[in-house]
Amino acid sequence: MKMMNCPLNGLRNISEFVHGGEVKEMPDPNSCSDKEWADYVFFSDNAISVVTEWWLHAPSGYWFIAERHTGSDEILKTYDPSVLFSERVEFSAPATEVKA
Amino acid sequence: MPFSLLKYGLNKDYPFEQHADLPKPTVLKSHYDVVIIGGGGHGVATAYYLAKYHGINNVAILEKSYLGGGNTARNTAVIRSNYLTSEGVKFYSESVKLFKELSNEFDFNIMYSQRGQLTLAHTDAAVRGFRQRAEVNKHFGGKTELIDPQQIRELVPTLNMNPADMPVLAGLWHMDGATARHDAVAWGYAKGATQRGVELHQLTEVTDVIVEQGKVTGVKTNRGNVSCGCVVQAVAGHSSLLAAKAGFKMPITTFPLQAMVTQPVKPFLDPLVSSPSLHCYVQQTGRGELVFGGGSDPYPLYSTRSTMDLKESLLANAVELFPFMANMRLMRQWAGLTDITSDYSPIMGLSPVDNYYLDAGWGTWGFKSTPICGKSMAEMVASGGKVPELIKPFSMDRFNSFRQVNEMGATAASH
Repeated sequence: MKMMNCPLNGLRNISEFVHGGEVKEMPDPNSCSDKEWADYVFFSDNAISVVTEWWLHAPSGYWFIAERHTGSDEILKTYDPSVLFSERVEFSAPATEVKA
Repeated sequence: MPFSLLKYGLNKDYPFEQHADLPKPTVLKSHYDVVIIGGGGHGVATAYYLAKYHGINNVAILEKSYLGGGNTARNTAVIRSNYLTSEGVKFYSESVKLFKELSNEFDFNIMYSQRGQLTLAHTDAAVRGFRQRAEVNKHFGGKTELIDPQQIRELVPTLNMNPADMPVLAGLWHMDGATARHDAVAWGYAKGATQRGVELHQLTEVTDVIVEQGKVTGVKTNRGNVSCGCVVQAVAGHSSLLAAKAGFKMPITTFPLQAMVTQPVKPFLDPLVSSPSLHCYVQQTGRGELVFGGGSDPYPLYSTRSTMDLKESLLANAVELFPFMANMRLMRQWAGLTDITSDYSPIMGLSPVDNYYLDAGWGTWGFKSTPICGKSMAEMVASGGKVPELIKPFSMDRFNSFRQVNEMGATAASH
């Protein structure tokens, strides 16, 4: 079976991992337009190239980032998200935005 | 041995006039009214209906490889219309109707064989979903009903009613379900289109799309530039890559889908059987081989490579459904590239580039819609971009307005 190097657990079978989509910059959901949000959630380059992606090691619930070539399936690098993200992203909307 | 045969054997010339189904390749002209990129079922069907119903035959189909050599050759040839949404059911039902008449229309046998499709429910939620699908289907004139385990046993006596400890609770019996020879569909359309003056250029790869002031004016190919009035893109498996050449993104992710076929055995399985919970569908071809298909691969990739883990998981479930198949040998395996949209419905219609029409996002539901998609695309091209009612819900713009057509639950093997 194909193996992937989990930054937390080392080399594991690919069946233990779940693909989480390309790493893209999230527009601010409270201020962006519908078009920008649709572009973020649905549209993608879907190119044949090295892509930076989110992956989950399901048994340990650990999310990390992998650089993988979408033509050859070669996994070039895997690393902890702290390499790209310095602060935690909060998904909850501010309390003032909640309407009854 | 008859003397006539001996005479033919000794004759230097072939005694009959050679009959070619497809005309010999011609010179690539510098201008066409319509350029269709992709010589698969959809592309040639569009060309066929353009020439047949709209009198437009200054059309070139540009195919980078050979006729029907992409996903048209790789699908598992299932024809059905038992979808969930009214938009989906209306669209796919039209396709089933057209398929029934194709052999007569082409004067060429596409080996259409209507045997019904049986989908198995192993959970209460699936039974509820099936009930809804059966009603929606009946509403639009389809023959679909919910059947109980006893009826399933009568239809498929060889089926294990308790596969993987998930008892079969009910079935969605879709009597319109059918299969056909996928290659023959492409050949029939290509024959009909080229007879009406359409040019099919194989080994002609589009390397770039020429867009001027937001409007497509031509394409660059490995055989030179071609100017055109409009372009239809019908390149399942490579939709995002071609769209990037035209300068826009699509709501598509491309996954490989692996399928396989066993050695031939005596006929025992009439309907097409699928189990969404077991991610597996099985059918027996006219030659007696069993065709297995499953869900797409678990992560995106542009490669038709084979993996052992998918074979194992898919076949383990297939053997659960039909335990006696455990000793059968696989004869072939292959993979196709599926352009999956997030709502599991296709993308047909206009694009951000003027005169550039989309026929994409065909995931695992492309073959079954070949006739109606070709007919609708032809109607749209001939009217200069007026989108027919039937395919309006499938515009790419639906993602920008959050009006998806959700067919995820209606795929034969959930992905």
